[in-house]
Parts: sequence; C-alpha cells; structure tokens
Amino acid sequence: MKTLTAPVREQMRASIAAQKRRELLFSAMGFAALFLMFVTFVALFIDMIGSGFDRLNLDFFTHFASRRAEQAGILAAWVGSFTVMLVTAFVAVPIGVGAGIYLEEYAPANKLTAIIEININNLAGVPSIVYGLLALGMFVHTLGLGASVLTAGLTLALLILPIVIVSTREAIRSIPGMIREAAYALGATRWQVVRHHVLPYSLPGILTGVIIGLSRAIGETAPIVTIGAVTFIAFLPESPISGSPPFVSFDWLMSPFTAMPIQIFNWTSRPEAAFQQNASAAALVLVAMTLMMNALAIWLRFRLRRNLKW
Amino acid sequence: MSSTAAANTAESAGNRMRYRANRHVKERVIELVLMLSALVAVFTTLGIVYVLVKESLVFFRAVPLWDFLSDSQWTPLFTDAHFGIGVLLSGTLTSSAIALAVAIPLGTVIAVYLSEFASDRVREIWKPVLELLAGVPTIVFGYFALFFVTPLLQRFIPGLPGFNLLSAGLVMGVMIVPYISSISEDAMRAVPMALREGSYAMGATRLQTALRVVVPAAFSGIAAAYILGISRAVGETMIVAVAAGMQPNLTLDPTQPAATITAYIVQVAKGDLPHGSLGYQTIFAAGLTLFMVTLIFNLLGFWLRRRYREVY
Repeated sequence: MKTLTAPVREQMRASIAAQKRRELLFSAMGFAALFLMFVTFVALFIDMIGSGFDRLNLDFFTHFASRRAEQAGILAAWVGSFTVMLVTAFVAVPIGVGAGIYLEEYAPANKLTAIIEININNLAGVPSIVYGLLALGMFVHTLGLGASVLTAGLTLALLILPIVIVSTREAIRSIPGMIREAAYALGATRWQVVRHHVLPYSLPGILTGVIIGLSRAIGETAPIVTIGAVTFIAFLPESPISGSPPFVSFDWLMSPFTAMPIQIFNWTSRPEAAFQQNASAAALVLVAMTLMMNALAIWLRFRLRRNLKW
Repeated sequence: MSSTAAANTAESAGNRMRYRANRHVKERVIELVLMLSALVAVFTTLGIVYVLVKESLVFFRAVPLWDFLSDSQWTPLFTDAHFGIGVLLSGTLTSSAIALAVAIPLGTVIAVYLSEFASDRVREIWKPVLELLAGVPTIVFGYFALFFVTPLLQRFIPGLPGFNLLSAGLVMGVMIVPYISSISEDAMRAVPMALREGSYAMGATRLQTALRVVVPAAFSGIAAAYILGISRAVGETMIVAVAAGMQPNLTLDPTQPAATITAYIVQVAKGDLPHGSLGYQTIFAAGLTLFMVTLIFNLLGFWLRRRYREVY
C-alpha cells in the first residue's frame, strides 16, 4: 500500500480545514440571523415600554378616547375587541370544528371534497383586507348590518376559519384508527364515534388552533378598518343583561364599535407626541394579549405532545 | 302465555326498528349540518369573487380597462380623475421587493441552521420564539416601523422622509421571516435521513450536505415558502398604511413615500365616501387586482407544496 506523499497530505489537510472554517462560518451566520430576529423583538418591546409604560395605569383602561391625550384611555377599545372576539369565537368555533370533522371523518373522496379543500387552502392565503371588502359589500351594504360588532365578528370569523379547520383536522388525524374501529365494533354510529371518542381526544389540539386563530383575529386591523369601524367612540355597547324583562338583550351586536388595533392606528396617525405615547401603551397592551394567547397555545401543544402516548 | 311473549317480541322488534330509523335520520341530519359548515369555505370564496366582480364591473363601465392598466396617474378623488393602477402597483412592488430581500436570505439561513445544524434543544427554544414573533399584530409592526426604524434610518440616510417605503419594507421583511423559515424547515426535515447519510458516507461536511443534498431535495417546498412569502408581502396592509404614507406615487425609489394597493383601500375606507360613488368602487377594483395577484401566487405555492409532499 502506498502512503500519501507529504505535499498531498498537506493539501488534504488544508482542504479539510477550509471546509471546517466554512462550516463554522455558516453556523455563525445562522446564529446571527436568529439573533437579529431576537434583537428586533427586544427593540420592539423596549421601544414600546420606554415610550408607553408611564401611561399604563388604571385610568388608561377605564377612560374613553379623548381629544386630550393625557385623559384618553382604551375603555371603548378593549370592550369593543372583547365583544367582537365573542362573536368571532361563537361563529368560527362550531363552523370550523364542524368542517374539520366533516373533512376528516365523513367526506367521501369526490370532486366536492376536493373543491372544499382547495378553497380552504386558498382562503388561508387571501389578504385580510380582501375579507374587509367582502364584509363591506356583503354584510354592511347588501345585508344591511352596518359597521357593527356583529359585522366585525362575522368578518374575523371567516378570516380565522381556515386556521380553525386546519388545526381541527390535524388534531383528528393524530387519533389512531383502532380507537374508531373499537367503537364501531361495539355498534356505535359514526356520530357516536365522533361525539364520544374523536372529539374529546382531539380537544386540546382543537383548542390550540382556536386560541391561535383568536390571537390572530384580535390583532387584525385591515378588515375592520375597511368595514368602517368608528375611531372615536365615547360609549359602551348596551349591556347584554338588564334588570327588566326580557332580561337578556342582543342590542350590543348592532352597536357601533372601536377595537384595540383601530385605536392604535388612530393614535399613530396623530402628529402630537402625546398621542404617540398613547399608541405605545395601547400597542403594549395588545401585544401582551396576543403573546399571552400564543404562549398559552404553545404550552398547550407542548403538554399535549408530552402526554400523548397511544 | 306464548301469545303474550310473541306480542312482547313483536313490540320490542317494532321498538328496535323505530330506534334504528330514528338513529338513521339523526345521523343523516348531523352529516348534512357538518357538510354545510365545510361548505362555508366555498361560499366565502364565492362571496369574495361576487362582491369584487360586481362592484368592479360598475367601475370598469366608467373607466376603460386599458386606462386602468396604462394610466400613469392615480387621482380618483380629484375632479380630473385618473385611474392608473400601475401607480399603486409600483408602491406594492417596491415595498414587497425590499421585504423579500430581507426575508428570503434570513428565512432560508435560519431554516437551514435550525434543520441541519442546531441541536434539538436549540431548536426547541427558537421555534416558539419565532412563532411568538409571527404572532405580533401587524399594526404594532407598523408602529415600530414609523416610530423606531424610520428615525434609526434617518441617522444613516439624511433627508429620508418620515414616511418611506424602505422602513415599511424592512419591517415587513422581519415579519415574513418566520413564515418562510417554518415552511422551508418543514420541507427540509421531510427529506429522508438516508440521503444525508449517503452524503456523509462520501465524506461531505454538514454544510456540503445541507446545501448540495438537502436544499435541492427540498427545493419545491422552499420555493413554496418563498411564494407564500411574496403573497403575504403583497397583501400586507397596516405596516405600509402606517409607515409608507398614503400619497400615490409612481416610483421604484425606496426612500420615497408611496401608497400601495392595500394602503389605498384603507385610506378610502377610513374616509366616508358615499356607497355607490365611483371613489367607493375604486377600492373594489383595487381589491380585485390584489386578489388576482395573490391568487396566482397561492395556487403556484400550493401546487409546488403538493409536489414535494408526493415525492417522499
């Protein structure tokens, strides 16, 4: 056997060293890219806290918007966001979960199913402002619902429907087929299998998807600006419960509203620095809300993965 | 005695049959309800197309399609109205190009790093962080672009106007990075281990394996990630509406303020144009243009994604 001559050996060593350097360089690049994202995130937070933290007191949450920046608060905005989310969840959860169950457990492999699937995929990529135009043409003018809590809730429900459907399907798909077969073997009908087995077992996964969807909806601005949400509101929607019969009122659904992102948008477009501070404080509240919802979802999924052993 | 027993059996058989029939009807009703909820997706798409096309048809009866595509001015609310969508498209194109110039390199490097280099622990930490970043509302990114990034850029580029496409585009890029990195990473992790092992057995380094084996094998998935990123950049609204200004401006210069298609829709919708006026219909024509552009990219992206799924 021939041993390598010294110069060839040196050449190979140099080439291996060069490859190793390149490898290290790429690792550094990857880490730098992640770090850049992290720094941006931190800068976003520090900037918001630096300029808005002083405004965060109880008055800020209990006051209406005002022409005077120091007295302005986000009462109408957070109540508006909350009521809109209520409608969104009430509409998107049953429809989204129902559609997910249908596509996983019932749908035959035919043209109609293919069309539904293509539609869901496509809807997930439609820009949110297009949903706003749909709502403006359909809900506001054709159905005459106006720029109300109901319109905004329905619009955002349609917007997050693909998220709820996709996560429901993924959760259902992870349940092994033998669970269903065992239930069928005992004479259960299809709905009984779904109701007593598939749905309970996939609930945490569905919940994760619903939370992520709602956190997306609560931060969406474009569609509700498009339907014409009012930016200056100094009253709350009518209370759903009243002291006199019939005790329950749904007038709040038709009430005009403002929401957190709209309030932030309104304050950012003001030139005065004091309003900019209000925008920072409101943005801080909104980001805290969405991050909490997202963190909850990530935690849920993490727990789910750990506990799930079929 | 035997007659009562027979009557009993007959009765219970009748019960059982009624029970079965009930059960059957209930099952059919439930299936129908579930199918209707799945059909909501189809109705939504039909609704979008119907609304956009209906209002746009009225618009195109007043403004010839050729003028819409070729006019170099966009002044729909002036007395001397011009409707050249190219003006708004130039803003959309410039801001999207900047965003992608940031998001594609960063997203790809992060995806390769997380999928091929990082340890499981590093991945477990960073993936949720990226997901959290993707969850920040776009209005907050818009605020960040206007009040943090623009002043920062003004230190390096003297004379940069307060509203400009550059800062909006950069922040939009950061916003899109998590989408691109997560889809590309999924595609790369779907590449079978045997391909990597073959490459290592030939003496390739991790970097050589990543760039010459894994990335080409996952190419259609990565391309799908880019295309979905493009479609997101084109449709992004609040960042450009807040940070890029809202004056229509036919320019490809990133240091200029300019309106995008989306920013224009927001601007008009925020004002109170009467329902049925030509100004009101312009936003539907602009929306239809936006819908078509993103639809083409989405279909391309999904076609690519389906292809790579079928390979392995």
